[in-house]
Amino acid sequence: MTPYPSDAVGVSRVAGRIDSVFLFIVVIALIFFFLTQGTLIWFAWRYRRRKGNEGESTPYITGNRLLETLWVVIPSALVLAIFAYGWIVFRDIRTAPAGAADINVVARQWLYEFRYSDGRSSINEVRVPLGKPVRFVLTSSDVLHGFYLPAFRIKQDIVPGRYTDLWVQPEKAGSFDIYCTQYCGTGHSTMRAKMIVMDAADYRRWVAGERKPDLAPPWMKGKGLVERYGCLGCHGVDGVDRIGPTFKGLYGRKVEMSDGSALIADESYFRESILDPTAKVVKGFDPVMPTYKGTLKEDEIAEIIAWLKTVK
Amino acid sequence: MADGISGASGTGRGYLAETGLRSWAFSLDHKRIGVMYLYTTMFFFLVGGLFAELLRLKLMTPGPGFVSDKTYNVFFTLHGALMIFLFIIPAIPSALGNFFIPMMVGAHDVAFPRLNLAGYWIFLAGIVVVIASLVRPMDTGWTFYTPYSAKSGAAVTLLSFGLFLVGMSSILTGLNFIITIHTQRAPGMTWSRMPLFIWGMYATSVIQVLATPVIGMTFILLAAERLFGVGFFDPAKGGDPLLFQHFFWFYSHPVVYVMILPAMGIISEIIPVFSRKPIFGYKAIAYSSMAIALAGFLVWGHHMFVSGMSSVAAVIFSLLTFSVAVPTGVKVFNWIATLYRGSISFESPMLYALMFIFLFIIGGLTGPFLGSLGTNVQLHDTYFVVAHFHYTMMGGTVMGWLAGLHYWFPKMTGRMLSEKLARRAAVLILIGFNVTFFTMFILGYKGMPRRWAEYPVQYQTMHIIATVGSWVLAAGIIVMVWNFTRSLYRGEAAPGNPWGALTLEWQTASPPPVENFEVIPTVTEWPYSFGRKGAGDA
Ligand code: HEM
Ligand SMILES: [Cu+2]
Repeated sequence: MTPYPSDAVGVSRVAGRIDSVFLFIVVIALIFFFLTQGTLIWFAWRYRRRKGNEGESTPYITGNRLLETLWVVIPSALVLAIFAYGWIVFRDIRTAPAGAADINVVARQWLYEFRYSDGRSSINEVRVPLGKPVRFVLTSSDVLHGFYLPAFRIKQDIVPGRYTDLWVQPEKAGSFDIYCTQYCGTGHSTMRAKMIVMDAADYRRWVAGERKPDLAPPWMKGKGLVERYGCLGCHGVDGVDRIGPTFKGLYGRKVEMSDGSALIADESYFRESILDPTAKVVKGFDPVMPTYKGTLKEDEIAEIIAWLKTVK
Repeated sequence: MADGISGASGTGRGYLAETGLRSWAFSLDHKRIGVMYLYTTMFFFLVGGLFAELLRLKLMTPGPGFVSDKTYNVFFTLHGALMIFLFIIPAIPSALGNFFIPMMVGAHDVAFPRLNLAGYWIFLAGIVVVIASLVRPMDTGWTFYTPYSAKSGAAVTLLSFGLFLVGMSSILTGLNFIITIHTQRAPGMTWSRMPLFIWGMYATSVIQVLATPVIGMTFILLAAERLFGVGFFDPAKGGDPLLFQHFFWFYSHPVVYVMILPAMGIISEIIPVFSRKPIFGYKAIAYSSMAIALAGFLVWGHHMFVSGMSSVAAVIFSLLTFSVAVPTGVKVFNWIATLYRGSISFESPMLYALMFIFLFIIGGLTGPFLGSLGTNVQLHDTYFVVAHFHYTMMGGTVMGWLAGLHYWFPKMTGRMLSEKLARRAAVLILIGFNVTFFTMFILGYKGMPRRWAEYPVQYQTMHIIATVGSWVLAAGIIVMVWNFTRSLYRGEAAPGNPWGALTLEWQTASPPPVENFEVIPTVTEWPYSFGRKGAGDA
């Protein structure tokens, strides 16, 4: 089953809200369409030059203050309304609800690799439970790619060297297309995947059937790496700051920087701190952390981040 | 306008008298340079169109087709790059602008005729380099996004060098126009008596001069990355692929106004002439051109809402984008209001002008879907975008260009076009265009991504409809080109001022003499004094 987006009413709350914005703009656009095209065609017909009236002179009208003011003010108000509505919904699209389950996605020419938090991975097919928020943490190992779920009306570019993300909370079981929307070379158009939404019981059964005993989840590998690379010499996990800030409860927390700015600690921030530690220095600390660029592989960074997220 | 300089009849060969290759290649006459630009850009319009037809042909089938996916990617890259850089950016400014700016301001030539010729030769050199790059044809899309363009095995460096030269020619032309408009206006032609085409070209030239250097620099950075491995855009070397997109759109967004403002200028000339009415809201049209030109520099980020750019930036760019929508709408209202109580005749220039308004309204009204953040996330990089920009670029700019060609053909060649053929072509183009591109709004809404060689089968019906539409469109273009070609030799002789227009280029012979005007005219009025003053003003 590959539903058209418009056939897929009710796939998610966000999709419904995007549809409302769409409809809102359609109504305004149609009113203007009929108003302008109607007047255009009506005037062109009504004031056509006819045989016998060629010589008739036309009035010398060069403008009309009131009319011109009106057609600046009214459209301005309407576009502001469209902007505001679009913005409000955009916040919904961008902000994943707390407790969303993360699935890492690594895109490359020309496939998607999905990595679940328990160590399973799959190519071009991802399974998610119905009704639960899922967040895709996206990165690429070569060029730009796209991650587009047409039925859910959302998309996000995938950028090498950084994390972007996208979340869904599917309200309908079924199989949904994922398309690459950012041109990535010869196989661009065949770079497609499926998101299979399963109801809770099916999903649990499937997870149980898939899990292999020897599968180590990424966070566990991350833990080993953190020990091996000496991170814990400076960073504690007990809530006490040492040479570096403690890792405890760091993920998702607001962090103040020495330059006065502040940010929420997320995957991109972790990644930057590991690869380019002096780019953002936490308030109260010295820029002494070494870079791990070239030392850690892309997968290892992802594993360390997976572990960092578990240090609650 | 000023009496005593009413149109001479078109008996002589005027500026066309001299023949032979040298008389063209080394001519300093802005009219001849304009004509050379016209032929060159029209050639690339046709070649770009040929690639478009090939793309549409491939898309008849969802799976692998008569060309490989790789070849398809080369085709859409060439289609886009040729149409944008070698056709639509130079088409109106360099060709019609060169020919008519000096004539419309009442001058013998542009301010710097030698620079003007140099501009054309640089343009040609750029084209030669672009053609040379076909040895390893580009498949990056006309947007050159890194890291793909930095890694691609295609001749990206060569192509971007070619486009660098083309951009240089564009800067020189823009500079020449700005100075011409400032210094060469006939006595009495104040800024508020300037034809609106000149206002449009002035705004355009400002953008060309300010924005084009940025894309030039971007190409240099890209070349440095490819040749010397400097990692400006390479994350592995501390670079940022999004930086390229910012640079690229900092140029390429303002440039969409380079494409549309001259066309809007042409429409503002044609509507009053064929309605026999003064243009409605002259100041609003003139100033909105400038407003659009300047505000257009602040909205580039709306191409990047889902690129990974910060959400705060996205919100600001969305708001700024909507601020450009309003002055654009104002122009459309003004054109429609000009028709009110006019005496409207429907010769071919007016037909294309009305088609412009009709199609541009659709292009304009679909803009808010993309400017609004909520819906942008759904529609970005789908066929909805393809439809939107074809409605504005082809429905807008190309229709404006065609309106201008039909309007000025008698002036440039001294011959009239066949109205019958022109009408037939217009009908075919109007139908073909809408069948081809309206379908794409639906395709995009249904989720079809752009730049796809293959696609899921549920989109096929729509694709077939679009392809059939493209054949009708092509038929219209062929009829039109045939009309141009035959009228060039067999059209009836054109009088000096066949449409009864009041701008200066019509107050001299068709084709004009080498020096344009025997005596530089003195301007006493604006060029829109149609109708009877005080006669039943509304
Ligand atoms: C692979 C091992 C390491 C990992 C995964 C790691 C990760 C991080 C992260 C995520 C931050 C941001 C913390 C926050 O915002 O509170 C950070 C900051 C910091 N780290 Fe590390 N770190 C590692 C090794 C080290 C080492 C060995 C040192 C000591 C020389 C160190 C010193 C610091 C300091 C001083 C900061 C605060 C300033 C800044 O944000 O750059 N780190 N590190
Ligand atoms: Cu891709």
